[in-house]
Amino acid sequence: MRKYVPKDNVQGKAYYTDRFWVSPRVPRSEVENEHFAAVVKALGADVTESYVELGQLVLHIDPTNNFKVMKTLKEECGYTQCSEQSAVDYLARDNEFELFWQLLNVTEAKRIRVVCRLANGAAIESIEPLYKSANFAEREMFDMFGIKVNNHPFLKRILMPDDWEGHPLLKTYPLQGDEFASWYEVDKIFGKEYRDIIGPENRDPAKVDIKDTKRFSRVGYEVPFGAEYSEEEQAIEYSETALVNYNKKESKQLDERR
Amino acid sequence: MQVSNKLTPFFENLNFERDDNTMVINFGPQHPSAHGQLRLVLELDGEQVVKAYPDIGYLHRGIEKMAENMTYNEFLPTTDRLDYIASTSNNYAYSLAVEKLLGIEAPRRAQVIRTMLLELNRIISHLFFVATHALDVGAMSVFLYAFREREFAMDLMEDYCGARLTHSAVRIGGVPLDLPEGWLENAAAFCDKVDYEVKNTYEALLTKNRIWKMRLEDVGVISAEDALSWGCSGVMLRGSGVKWDIRKEEPYELYPELDFDIPTSDRCDSYGRYKLYMEEMRQSTRIIRQLIPMYKETEPQLMAHAPQYISAPKEEIMTQNYALMQHFVLVTQGMRPPKGEVYVPTESPKGELGFYIKSEGEPYAYRLKCRAPSFFHTGLLQKLLVGVYIADVVTIIGTTNIVFGEVDR
Repeated sequence: MRKYVPKDNVQGKAYYTDRFWVSPRVPRSEVENEHFAAVVKALGADVTESYVELGQLVLHIDPTNNFKVMKTLKEECGYTQCSEQSAVDYLARDNEFELFWQLLNVTEAKRIRVVCRLANGAAIESIEPLYKSANFAEREMFDMFGIKVNNHPFLKRILMPDDWEGHPLLKTYPLQGDEFASWYEVDKIFGKEYRDIIGPENRDPAKVDIKDTKRFSRVGYEVPFGAEYSEEEQAIEYSETALVNYNKKESKQLDERR
Repeated sequence: MQVSNKLTPFFENLNFERDDNTMVINFGPQHPSAHGQLRLVLELDGEQVVKAYPDIGYLHRGIEKMAENMTYNEFLPTTDRLDYIASTSNNYAYSLAVEKLLGIEAPRRAQVIRTMLLELNRIISHLFFVATHALDVGAMSVFLYAFREREFAMDLMEDYCGARLTHSAVRIGGVPLDLPEGWLENAAAFCDKVDYEVKNTYEALLTKNRIWKMRLEDVGVISAEDALSWGCSGVMLRGSGVKWDIRKEEPYELYPELDFDIPTSDRCDSYGRYKLYMEEMRQSTRIIRQLIPMYKETEPQLMAHAPQYISAPKEEIMTQNYALMQHFVLVTQGMRPPKGEVYVPTESPKGELGFYIKSEGEPYAYRLKCRAPSFFHTGLLQKLLVGVYIADVVTIIGTTNIVFGEVDR
């Protein structure tokens, strides 16, 4: 029976799984720090959940008021830099994306992570008017996950080509690329009708094609460079001058010594 | 949205059918001073840039995708290919993020070695910056001198780990090897050499050079507010007068014990940043000099003791059955960190290099996001290049010190 591979997550998976293994969780603690407590207080009811994980404050918010939260964080709490922003694909489990923004307060030397869950197909408001770094970060998020960003000045693919199909960091996208990816160059340069003529791309660097007599030869079946591949065994004639035959007793000196 | 077909192709955000005198040119991706695969679409009015659009992705290899399909240890050599000028910084940033997730700390000797390698890589990267930046601007000989010293630094790296560019010199939980014999003496000699050359060669050639000053002064000016907003870090931020260095502010490794200064500049221009790079090289040699006596006081342990996550020393594996079993599980399946998410920033030579890792308790990371400083510095080009002359474009690309392995990932 063929091994069952779930379609909604085609990423690498552990070969061996222990049913009774319960993975521990990184400890989360209550917000005790004075500065973090002030941040949570300033945001009020916008924060649905807050805790400290490995020294950074994590704030869960509703995706609809992300701009409002960021504005408060920037203008009232001094988080002047958005150092990173991206998403995590939870479509297979919850049909949702988890978006995160990593904010930095330079004067207090504190970092917080704002997290929200965005339903599949929903759009998020751009924070580009507040943090210009979101310009590239949101484009990358759109490129990699297909998450639409409202009011972004120039939402376009950034790393992949403009005419690419599919979003590479989705869990449904295979590591080696899908069918569109494997024929991308052929389709673009020659057209779809040339797929059969050119053939699929071979990405195996160790592949040996025995019929290719220009690059490979078989011992005992050698043919001239580029000639037709042959199944007939060839008699090998080695050069007499290059090889020294030690079996022939021609050396007089050696004979004498023997 | 413009509808494109073969007759009217889609040329980014630029409109070719125009009545004014502006011209659209492609800068790169094969331009020698594009520092890799940067394609800049520039809209020019005469010689002045009206609009700049950095087009990236020519080196996109999907490293974040690969991270989701590899075990944590398998992924480590891949991080070499991010900022390939200073690979150890990437290895270290990744290892630190995973270590934070696992809740382990490297032993003291490993920390000393790591800090030394990090600073050595900072020197390598900064020498590369000076060399290429000067070459772009037109000072050819600086390139040759700086690359000479960079070779010595790479020889030191080669002595340590056997590789010159893709080091993989840091492992999760420590370092793989102890320093070879005579390495510390060579490192000390190298520090003297760098200090001498910085003062007597690079600075003597450049700092007061009239052409250098004309090309760099008041070029690529960015205010502190803008630098923060655009996500700048490292020298780009310090060059705008923001005293922010992660080594000091959010210290990791041995940095809290070390004595070094954070140079800042209020000039906000390329010349100020060049001065910072020079000063940072001096600070790096100062750090390495402090670390040399610290190394001698440490115990010989190199990898952290956490048999659940990190293989025990070879001796234990060969003599104790349980250590062998754990080692076998780690090699065949990979470590399974606890569930949770972590973002760890480090100060790489280019700026803030951080890894966000989301673990679901599996041997594969559920999501890994690499926060690369160069990515945001490339984004900044859209603002920085507007209004400058075409000759200054090269200077500005040089001063951002972007590396495309990191931008495209």
